[in-house]
Amino acid sequence: MGGLSELVGGFYTAVTPINLLYALIGVLLGTAIGVLPGIGPAMAIALLLPLTYGIDDPVSAFIMFAGIYYGGMYGGSTTSILLNTPGESASIVTAIEGNKMAKRGRAAQALATAAIGSFIAGTIGTLLVALLAPGIARLAVQLGSPDYFAVMVLAFVAVTSILGASRVRGFASLLIGLTIGLVGIDLGVSGQQRLTFGIPQLADGIDVIVVAVGLFAVGEALWVAAHLRRQTASLISTGRVRMERADWARSWKPWLRGTALGFPFGAVPAGGAELPTFLSYVTEKKLSKHPEEFGHGAIEGVAGPEATNNASAAGGLVPLLTLGLPTTATAAVLLAAFQQYGIQPGPRLLENEPKLVWGLLASLLIGNAILLVLNLPLAPMWAKLLHIPRPYLYAGILFFACLGAYAVNASTVDLILLFLIGVVGFVMRRYGLPVVPAIIGVILGPRAEVQMRRALQISDGDLSGLFNTTFSVTVYAVIAVLVLWPLVNRFVVRPRRQRRAPDGAERWPAADALPGEPAQDGERVWSVPEARTGDDATVDAPAARPLDSASLPDEPDPRQQEKP
Amino acid sequence: MISRITRQGQDRSEFLVVLFLLALGVLVLVDAARLHSGVGQREPVGPQAVPFLVGGLLVVTAVLLARDILRGGHGEPEGGEDVDLSHGNDWQALLLLSAAFLANIALIERAGWPISGAVLFFGCAYALGSRHFVRDPIIALVLSIGTWYLFVLGLGIGLPVGILKGIL
Repeated sequence: MGGLSELVGGFYTAVTPINLLYALIGVLLGTAIGVLPGIGPAMAIALLLPLTYGIDDPVSAFIMFAGIYYGGMYGGSTTSILLNTPGESASIVTAIEGNKMAKRGRAAQALATAAIGSFIAGTIGTLLVALLAPGIARLAVQLGSPDYFAVMVLAFVAVTSILGASRVRGFASLLIGLTIGLVGIDLGVSGQQRLTFGIPQLADGIDVIVVAVGLFAVGEALWVAAHLRRQTASLISTGRVRMERADWARSWKPWLRGTALGFPFGAVPAGGAELPTFLSYVTEKKLSKHPEEFGHGAIEGVAGPEATNNASAAGGLVPLLTLGLPTTATAAVLLAAFQQYGIQPGPRLLENEPKLVWGLLASLLIGNAILLVLNLPLAPMWAKLLHIPRPYLYAGILFFACLGAYAVNASTVDLILLFLIGVVGFVMRRYGLPVVPAIIGVILGPRAEVQMRRALQISDGDLSGLFNTTFSVTVYAVIAVLVLWPLVNRFVVRPRRQRRAPDGAERWPAADALPGEPAQDGERVWSVPEARTGDDATVDAPAARPLDSASLPDEPDPRQQEKP
Repeated sequence: MISRITRQGQDRSEFLVVLFLLALGVLVLVDAARLHSGVGQREPVGPQAVPFLVGGLLVVTAVLLARDILRGGHGEPEGGEDVDLSHGNDWQALLLLSAAFLANIALIERAGWPISGAVLFFGCAYALGSRHFVRDPIIALVLSIGTWYLFVLGLGIGLPVGILKGIL
């Protein structure tokens, strides 16, 4: 039965009083930090990471992380619904209907369907991880260097070309990350220092935590400081969180469909949760008996995407635990946390650290349950945290960012790096460079280099050593499809679609970015967030709309306005 | 809607990103040029291969980005509920924030975290427009001393105590 018996063993690890306490603290802290506006789960984990430095037993530390992970995700959805402030791109879709529901006085129901949907999706997703991970790890053990290199290249290509709309900017972000990853002593036999400029503290490379906290926390704080809205946004209060019978009837199917949609997207190393949450929204709108409510606060539009988001987060644990491959910013920070403890996720992790893995999965289930029990009654209290004055919020983010970065190595050099990387994060936000590819580049870059050099060592420098396995060739074929899709789209799909739907505004732009999906003619213009126009690599990709124009679906295609 | 407001005057400054990528690429290439394979070691791909690749791609990306901007492409500034993009950068807030940050770096090992952390928090809050001259320093000190005790006693992680040695 896959890993279910081991999972039961994991409960023995997790259900000790001290570990339950760690899970509880994790859930509370994760929710409290995740609820704060502008802080997504990735930043919540990065900021809370130093708290676990003092915990000697990695199992306990990871049990706390499990709590922080789901707590941060839940907190993020609360913020989205009450404040229309998605802490990460994956909860943007939740914010759309959720905030509309809240404005119609149904905040309690929106929070409840999000919480219960997250619980169901997280539980099913975690069980699926337990079922699938051992089998995938067994397969992954047989993978060689060329295969790993190919999968990492896939992750690079996917993170730059699927998520944002501007490939050039995504690629620039990835390269900035790869450059940061180059700093330090070469991992090969030569042992030479690269890009260290004779600074001894750089020889070990730049700590991933410093990079993550710098790009996310410091970059965000600087960016907001430069553009702080002087009057705070209107906040919606919530009563006791509950759902009527009709809400249950309308929610349970979207929860399950969202789970089914989110998990596979999270589990393939090309994902992220943006695409599946968006697909879930569209699906629920199509299947709903109340499609007219969409855009005005339909409960299905909260239940589906929120379940999708959590299932996708759980699915993301599969490549993380079995291949050591993070597919989202949150997973990347989790991987950094693993590395802090000298643990390298990969196919051998299940063999080498069974107590840790199964304890972690069991605590994810426990944390999820604690979250549900605790947060339904506590929601009004969390909502109060949204009132925190913005100067204190961002001063606090910088305060804890410095504390965490200093605590890693007790070195002021790390603080200087933190500041410089924060400035880079600011510039990236200013000019629309997505941050996630940079983080993935920092973490995967050095490992991709090791695998590439190992593969070429085996083939004695012959380039065929990079694609002499069936697996790697298959992965490269997938990459080719991703890279070439805009061209296919430009010359084959788009002309055909235009013949069918001459009005360019009446279509679903994200369909362009998704190979194999049928065109959704008749859908109103809608957008993947962070979309941009004018990038030549994506001239045919999604029409760029800022988030708030999603509520104005009848505006014409922005490209027609922007290019006189 | 954000895009239309920020459209004016943005296009030229966007070339700063091009320059940044270009400079970074050249830096990586120059650094890679001085690397050499280990003496007497057989390694088909030396330590300079990936830096050459990354540096080269940085230069290529800079060129592609320049072409994109010339063709009318632009990067959308990141929005958010606390972010008001209708006016330009608030340079005063940014400079004050940076000053607070750098003060912390300068002070942390001399004056200790309880002092430098408080300076950091108070400075940032001030930079962001908070003007409570009694409440803010109290919050700042409670936070910095509280985290010092939490880390040193609770978590066993050393933070510099500085001039308050013997008092805390």
